[in-house]
This record gives sequence, C-alpha cells and structure tokens, in this order.
Amino acid sequence: MPERKVLTGNHAAAYACKSVGVEVVAAYPITPQSPVVEKISEFVESGELPNTQFVTVESEQSAISAVVAASQMGARVFTASSANGLAYMYEILCWAAGSRLPLVMCIATRALGAPWSVWTDHQDAFSVRDVGFIQQFVESNQEAYDTVLMSYRVAEDPRVYLPAFVSYDGYILSHTMMSVQIEDDDKVREFLPPLKPHIHLTDFENVHSVNPVTPPGLTVRPEGNTPGYYEFRYSMQKAHEYAIEVIEEVAKEFETKFGRAYGNGIYKPYKADDAEVLIFAVGSVASESRGVVDTLRDEGIKIGLISLKLYRPFPIQHLRKAFNKAKLVVVFDRDVGYGMEGILAAELKSALYAADHRPIIRGFIVGLGGRDITADQLINGVKKAIEEQDNREVQLDTHVDFIGLQLNELGFKKEEI
Amino acid sequence: MVRTEQDIKLEKKVSQTILASQQTPAVGEAGHTGEWRTKRPILHTEKCLVVKTGKLTCNLCWLYCPENTVSRSIPPKFNYDYCKGCGICATECPAHAIEMISEKEAPSCEGNEGGN
Amino acid sequence: MVIKVSELPEEEMILPGTRLCSGCGIQLAYRWALKALGPKTIITNPASCSTVCGGVGGYTPLKVPAFYCCFETVAANAAGAAAALKAKGQDKDVVVLAWAGDGGTYDIGIQGLSGASERGDNFIFACVNNQAYMNTGIQRSGATPYGATTTTTPILGKQQLNKNMRKIMEAHGLSYIAQTAASHPRDIYEKFKKAREFNGKGVRYIEILGTCPPGWGFPTDQSVHMARLAVETGYWPLLERIEGKLIISQPSKRYLDKSKRKDIREFLKGQSRFRHLKEEDIKIWENYIDAQWDEIREELHKQGDI
Repeated sequence: MPERKVLTGNHAAAYACKSVGVEVVAAYPITPQSPVVEKISEFVESGELPNTQFVTVESEQSAISAVVAASQMGARVFTASSANGLAYMYEILCWAAGSRLPLVMCIATRALGAPWSVWTDHQDAFSVRDVGFIQQFVESNQEAYDTVLMSYRVAEDPRVYLPAFVSYDGYILSHTMMSVQIEDDDKVREFLPPLKPHIHLTDFENVHSVNPVTPPGLTVRPEGNTPGYYEFRYSMQKAHEYAIEVIEEVAKEFETKFGRAYGNGIYKPYKADDAEVLIFAVGSVASESRGVVDTLRDEGIKIGLISLKLYRPFPIQHLRKAFNKAKLVVVFDRDVGYGMEGILAAELKSALYAADHRPIIRGFIVGLGGRDITADQLINGVKKAIEEQDNREVQLDTHVDFIGLQLNELGFKKEEI
Repeated sequence: MVRTEQDIKLEKKVSQTILASQQTPAVGEAGHTGEWRTKRPILHTEKCLVVKTGKLTCNLCWLYCPENTVSRSIPPKFNYDYCKGCGICATECPAHAIEMISEKEAPSCEGNEGGN
Repeated sequence: MVIKVSELPEEEMILPGTRLCSGCGIQLAYRWALKALGPKTIITNPASCSTVCGGVGGYTPLKVPAFYCCFETVAANAAGAAAALKAKGQDKDVVVLAWAGDGGTYDIGIQGLSGASERGDNFIFACVNNQAYMNTGIQRSGATPYGATTTTTPILGKQQLNKNMRKIMEAHGLSYIAQTAASHPRDIYEKFKKAREFNGKGVRYIEILGTCPPGWGFPTDQSVHMARLAVETGYWPLLERIEGKLIISQPSKRYLDKSKRKDIREFLKGQSRFRHLKEEDIKIWENYIDAQWDEIREELHKQGDI
C-alpha cells in the first residue's frame, strides 16, 4: 500500500532509491546532500534494502567512478552530490554519459566556492550542463521522489540510455519537511521493469572491452565496422533530441499509474494560458514566482509562469509553443554564465531566435549563494521589465541586472560617485 | 531540407545503436607487428635444449616473450607475423641457440616459419 | 618452490600483435598476470601504457573483458565493479583486476587506492611500475628513482628518492601484498594465483617492476635482464606480505646476504637515464638498498624467521 510520510527532499530521494531497488550506491558527504546517503545507509544496514551494496567512498570522484563501474556491470546505481563535490565529479560525469550509462543522480543544489557557501543557488547544476546528462529541476519533495522514479524509467529506456540528474534546491527542499506519498514497491516495479543493460562485461561467452581509445575514424572490420569518436558524439546528441518524447510519454504513464503530473513532464505552466507576461525560472525561484504571479494577477497584470522541469535536453519546440503568445518574458536566473548573462535567459533567447513569435526577453540574476529572494524583489523585477519593455535602448544594453544586492549598505552610493 | 520521416527514423536508429565504444578480441590489433622488426630471431636447433632433450623443459624463449610469439613446442617456433624482434629470447636463451639476424639477410621476409 | 615452466598453462589472455613497444616489460608482466587469473577476470585500467595495449578502436588483444577509466579512478572503479558483482552474486566466480601504472598508483591514483584499501573492497590492484609517465613521454613520477633523468628532470635527474608505495600499502593492513618483477614470470604467475585465492579478503596489492626500453634507455633485448639486475643487486626484492607476515620470495632470499648482491652499478650503467650519475649519487643508491635490507632483516628476525 502506498504510504504517506513527512519527509525532507533528501529523504524523499532516498525513499525513491528504495522504491526502485538500487543495487549499488556510492556517495560522499557534502552539505546539503548528506542526508540522502545517510538515509540509504540506514536502509542498507537495517536490511530494508537487502540486495544493495553501499560503497562508502573517500571522495565524490570515487563515488561517481564506483557507480559508473557498477553500472557497466549491469547494476542499477545511484549517487548524489552538491556544488564542489559535483564539480569534483566532472570528469567522470562525462565518462558516464559517454558510455550512455542509465544512472540517476541527485544534486542538492548549492553555490560553488570560492568563497565557501553552503547555501543554495543553481550554479552547480548548470555548470555540468554539457556533460551529456539529462537534467531536471523540481519544486517539491513529492516531485523529487516522483522524478527519481521517472528518471530511472527514462534513463533505462533503450531509446534513450542516458544518465540523468534530478536537482532540488539545497535547504529549501533538501532540508524542508513536506508530505510525500511513497508508492508501493510492486506498483513501482510494474512502472519500472528490471534494467536491461547495453554493456555486458560479465558475458564471458562474448568477451568485449569498453571505452578504449577511440580514433577519429572508423575501425574497418569484416564483421562490421565500429564507429569513430565523432559518431558516438552524434549519437549522444540525437539520443538527447529524441529523449524529449520519451520523457513526455513516461510522464503521461506516470500520471495514469500514480495520479500525479508535473505539467507535461517538460515544463509546468501556471496561469500561463492568457498571459501576456511570463516568468521563466527553475526550482526554488519558480516556486517563489507562483506567489508573485498571484499577487500581480490581483493587480490586474496578465502574468503567468513557465517553470522549467527539463533543462537538458533543452525542450526548444515546447518552449516556442509555451511562449508563442507572450509579449514579455522575465527570466530569473539563480546562476550566472559569467561574462554573458543568466544561463536560462541566454538559452531561452537562443531557443526562440528562430521562432515565429519572439517575445522580449528580460533576464535578472537573483539569490546567488542563498541570498534570500523576496516576493517584492521579484515583483519589482517584473514591473521594471514591463515598464521598460518598449525601451529599445534597454533592450540593447548588454549589462546584467542583479536583484537584491545590498551595495548601498556597503557604502557604494550612486549619488556619491 | 526539412527532415523526412526516413531521416528521423535513421537518426533514432543511430542514437539507439551506437552506444558505448566497445571492442572484440583479435590477433594483430596493431596490424602485422612483425613489420616493425629490423632483426629476426632464428633458432639453431642443434643447440636448443628443448630439441636436444626432446622435452618441454626449458622453453625460456616462450616464457620471456612479451608478445607471445614463441611457441612452447619441439622445436620452439617463432610467429614472424607478429614478432617485433626485441631479441629478449636470444638474450635469455641459456644455450645461446637463438640468433638475431638482420631482416635483410633473412631467407624470407614473410609468413610463419619455424626454427631453421 | 617456484613453479616449473612445464607446469605453466598454455592458454594466453593477450593475443599477439599489440601496440606496445618492442621488448616491453609491462606486456610480459600483463601476459603472466592474466595467465594466472584466467578467463573469469574483469580488468579496469586507467590511462597508462596498458591502455595502449588494450588497442585503439574496435579490436583488442585482450581475451578478457576490460573497461577503461579516468586516470585517478581505477581503484574506485574496481570497488564499484566488485560491489556490483557482489550485488549480483557473481563475486565468488569473477575477479576484478585494477591494472594501473605507477602514476595511476603512486600519484594521481593514491587517494582512491587508499580509500578502497581501507574499506576492504574486493579486488586485486596491480601496479605495473615502469618508474615514470612513460605513455605520455617519460615524465617524472613519484615512483621515479633517485637520479633518473626523465623529460621533466632532463638534466640533473630526479633529486628525490621514490615514494615507498609498498610501505604505504602495508600501513593499510592488506591481506596480501607482493612485489615482483618482469624478469620473473613464474613469480608473477604464482603471486597473482595467490592473490586470487584471497578473494573476499579486501584489496590485494601487487607491484611489478616493469622495464621500459625507451624510458630507461637500454636496448630492447635487455628488458628481462635489466629487471633481473634490479633483483640481483638487491634493489628490488621479490617478497610477499601475507596477513601481515613478511616473506622473502625464493629468488631474493640469497640477497639477505649483502655479499651475494651484485654491484648496483651493473644495473645503473646499463641505462642511459643514469648515465650522468656520479659516485656520490651511487652512494645514495647503495645506502637505499642497504637500509631496505636492514629493515627486512630486522623484521624477519622479529618474526623469528632468521
């Protein structure tokens, strides 16, 4: 029987691992991710996960390496990290995706040092944009649990075979208790059949080796040529492109089976149907924006929200549709593409460049390193964007706005310059 | 050109088929490495302990060959297709029965040959 | 007793025609290690000369499965593979071999190896030590011995002693540690056999001195001879530490007696990387060897073995 529990985001992710019956977990402590693996250890030691091996590695690099290796043995695996730990995994994240391993990992998002910060922002998750993982952001602990379940299903789908990240905001979700429905194991097993790996290292009848030095060109063989590095990369790109329809399909099936949906599995619209102004954000910023939409609606502004769930593959076609009526899009990035602008803003602009309808896109940076984002700040951002939406000079200005800075209090005063 | 149904099918097939870079075992992965040789080992059977005793007892040439191109047989045979001509067998042979001769002076530069 | 050549198995795990250099000591070691472990072996291998041995593109000379991994991660990979085999109930049948070079062991790989050793993850870790980053073009490593020129110690030679990796591994209290050399294929064979018998007893560490003709600077036919000189001069003792107990292997036993050891100059003079060494440098080598044996003797004495 499904069970309702009050759980933190970290524990919701741990329960998801239990539900899917992970076989090998390796993780290293880092705030705010640690409780997810503490909980899994508890499951393993108490016998609640009798067939799971937990490798208490000495670093994040070893954590991801161990699960990459275990995945190549055909095991269902899990790991999790945050910020600097995630950065320390970078090299092997590429290895995981390059081997098309269907592993799932959680990121409890946190700002990257230096200087040290243990608080949330999305810089860590965005900094691993190009490793080749499917990347998703969630807004609640139930969504974290559900998205881990769906991610295994998508990652292990032979049409996809890509690793997946599930990112939830440090503290805001990772350490906040919410009601979460934990599904019945049998029902989860129906939804998620056993993993059918595409690497068979333990098949000693048909010996093969994996991930050798792979040349630019093909290996010509009478029994069939093998691809060069270039074809592997092409294949990975195409797997991403076509994963979107699988993700949508899995989200629908999940809804039928468990009765919960997160938009179309790609993005979650909120009061978006008739909106002239749309906020675009992920995770905690999207959550906070819901209240902002309500407040501004009360003031008579036709505003809505597109909360992006699937960040990679970037759902370009979906976004073109989602924004095909809006006059103005306000993007709140809890991250910076240094020397450019907010990463979501830049990518949305790129996605809509060839669209029939191109709304004005105004980006703001918010809440880096856990700086509180207040509803007022977001409201002011939206209002500023609305006010200036017809000002061509503002559109041409390439300087990036940071909301919620306290420069005045540090003695930087415009009037004194 | 807009992608056709066929294009899409092909792209999907590629993305579902080309997964991890994998290899299968084969002799001569690096080609005929015998071509690297400047000198080749030849066996003076009259000196060879294995030939003299008629027993597979010495076989140090087989033991020490890094490339696995000397056989444990009577007489030991060299696999000239892949022998890189390092000369370890000649150096290690306790009976000095193996001689490294210049490839140019070799009776034949091709194929698998036994000791002479 | 050392196994007879006639008793060694015929089946080869590495097919001929590899990419490794002519006269490669690593290939000889690889050949015998895999002959000992047999077909039910899964190799994980980080960046190293042995990666080249694994082949480029769709073919490999290896007749056992291997999966390649990042430079610093081989021990963690082996740990993960061993955990997966355990989860699937295949851990009794299949052995995981982490096969790394000295860089992947002494330097960039030491953290993962230390972690896995402390945890008691179930695999064999082989360090095939050719005493520098040979695959990238002979750069100095933590295993490069005193005085050796490399492409990053090009004129003066390395000014430090090599790290004592064996002692580091001994400090981890492993069930099985062994030191062997490319000159002693039968010793390699027996030690890998034994390491396999220790299945389920954590990390088993075997270090093999692997000679490198281009990196050390000697003719290819000297590869076995050079490793043998390392043993015969007492520089590289063949030994085991089984459940904490030190055992000097048969070929090295006689070198407990200093007078039986060959002059280290024989080893050094045969290699161009030591060409520039002066008498005072050679003294450092001699002291290194003497101190090593003094320690061994003292421990054997404590154990009641001499």
